[in-house]
Amino acid sequence: MKLHEYQSKNLLKKHGVKVPEGRVAASAGDALDAAGELKGPPWVVKAQVHAGGRGKGGGVRVVQDLGQLETAAREILERPLVTPQTGPEGKTVRRVLVEEGVDIDREFYCAVLVDRAAGQPVMIFSQEGGMEIEEVAARSPEKVLRRAVEPEIGWMPFTGRSLAYSLDPLPSPEAVKNLIATLGRLYGAFEKLDCSLLEINPLVLTKTGEVLALDAKLTIDDNALFRHKDLAALDDPDEKDPLERKAAEYNLNYIRLNGNIGAMVNGAGLAMATMDVIKMAGAEPANFLDVGGGASEEMITRGFEIILEDEKVEAILINIFGGILRCDVLARGVLAAAQKTSIQVPLIVRLEGTNVEEGRRILEESDLKFLVAKDISEAARLVSSHP
Amino acid sequence: MSILVDENTRVVVHGITGREGTFHTQQMLNYGTVVAAGMTPGKGGRKVEGVPVFNSVEQAVREEGVNTSCIFVPPPFAADAVMEAASAGIGVIVCITEGIPTLDMVKVKGFLNTHPSVLIGPNCPGIISPARTKVGIMPGPIHRPGSIGVISRSGTLTYEVVDQLTRAGLGQSTCIGIGGDPIIGTTFIDHLKWFKEDPDTEAVVLIGEIGGSAEEEAADYVRDHFPKPVFAFIAGRTAPPGKRMGHAGAIITGGKGRAEDKIKALEAAGIKVVEDLGQLGRTVLDAGSC
Repeated sequence: MKLHEYQSKNLLKKHGVKVPEGRVAASAGDALDAAGELKGPPWVVKAQVHAGGRGKGGGVRVVQDLGQLETAAREILERPLVTPQTGPEGKTVRRVLVEEGVDIDREFYCAVLVDRAAGQPVMIFSQEGGMEIEEVAARSPEKVLRRAVEPEIGWMPFTGRSLAYSLDPLPSPEAVKNLIATLGRLYGAFEKLDCSLLEINPLVLTKTGEVLALDAKLTIDDNALFRHKDLAALDDPDEKDPLERKAAEYNLNYIRLNGNIGAMVNGAGLAMATMDVIKMAGAEPANFLDVGGGASEEMITRGFEIILEDEKVEAILINIFGGILRCDVLARGVLAAAQKTSIQVPLIVRLEGTNVEEGRRILEESDLKFLVAKDISEAARLVSSHP
Repeated sequence: MSILVDENTRVVVHGITGREGTFHTQQMLNYGTVVAAGMTPGKGGRKVEGVPVFNSVEQAVREEGVNTSCIFVPPPFAADAVMEAASAGIGVIVCITEGIPTLDMVKVKGFLNTHPSVLIGPNCPGIISPARTKVGIMPGPIHRPGSIGVISRSGTLTYEVVDQLTRAGLGQSTCIGIGGDPIIGTTFIDHLKWFKEDPDTEAVVLIGEIGGSAEEEAADYVRDHFPKPVFAFIAGRTAPPGKRMGHAGAIITGGKGRAEDKIKALEAAGIKVVEDLGQLGRTVLDAGSC
């Protein structure tokens, strides 16, 4: 689960990490009020959306007076923000973060994530912050430092020291001390909040020797939300596609894509492979939909309805390899959905595995119109010839 | 022959009294697996499908001589279950549970560094040595004994591949689902090492997907150390970056974990990468190695 910058900063503050003083505003008027409670000018107005590259899209602006601040807030809020990560249609901005300007001396990069191969958390630190870390890594890999943290031991101060004392030139002793403390607190926040990613870019050193998280991107491990009810409440449903939101309510793994072939599959790997097969056959998948291993008839019905709601869909492929999910359950779920909605697009069904004869019989004895594919290759062929 | 599990495998099912645990215990028994014990704390003394239930794995080891465990407990308790099994000296631990927090798995991984147990999963279908034993949730009848080893990050996609192999007349020595999570107990490389030592495994099929770098690492190992023919399929070539494709581990982030990079690495190592999933069984058969 991704968090907004302002949510991430509130959480970091609770874990002892310094952040610039700021307020969230949902309108230009609120933004003006917010500025009244903050020191300034200058102020910074930042779009709050789940997308990187906000600065490049005009979503982060430094303003020198209240007039500029109002204009900046209004402009950011009134039209979708287009960044390299949003796609050309952009993303609607519902809130801005207004912050006090910070007198920056140096900008660093810091992230904590889990190294999958090593099975350990790792802190990544660079003294070249404020730009894309991938660019720094490509240009001067020696400037991107990695420090693994032993899970049984946890964070030790030497790890922070080894990163802070790598700075060249070395800042004041006070600044080094603040940086070491901040790195430890960032790691602590990562662990206590069950993050899958904590990224601070930039982590800044101010002219007065303070260390502040000027930006903050936290992603919480979805699988750990059961023990963080307070964090689960921070989820912003507006950031999700309406159909994806609906699917999540029924525990369906659904991701909307741009093509015209709807697909319903059981299992994430097979669902991905089915998308690929559709594409290879010359068509474009409209979605990824994994109904899961143990889907109920109800879940199948809902999944099918969600596919039908996507007006771009011109044909549907059902590809089920029954294991725990039995083919007869699938067939009944599809029929239940078909009875509620009239299906105007071609339906291609490929069933295999547990109770496959029963599943096929149920579909054949119904008045549902569909084409049977005997294997995945034939399914792909049929899909590409319809529509 | 086979790797890790065979007719000497004696299984304890963790969470045997739950819905999934009971159902799959029955399925495993039907397949011929020796499910010698069940384990649910507080429910010791009962029987499920005729299998005696114990309060701890330690008791199941002592009373029934179990050497393999199959875990069905819910995510909040799964890390504890894996560590209990390892602590009781279980040799092969198969964790089916999906949705375990990553930082719990970090702890498990650290714990297993000091224990000799082999962990398969989590978030996996399990392991099967056809006609000998199955420890997991895969449909038994699609498998047939033979000489192909299968290692996969996926569940139903593995069934698809195994079904094609069987229809092409190619049986399997052992099929392992290593799991779809970011942190898993054993990787492609671990199982390749075991398949290398297994005289009856003549070729291996790897089924990978986007996210992480496990396929690239496997490619390096195969190039330098693995003499038998290897075939591969990678799911997710059309997946958009930044979206988690069902599995917690299947996500392209920061330009890493893309299918094309994996395919390139595998091909550079001399592995035959099958582009069209529908042709996988055919391709292995035509290669004629088995």
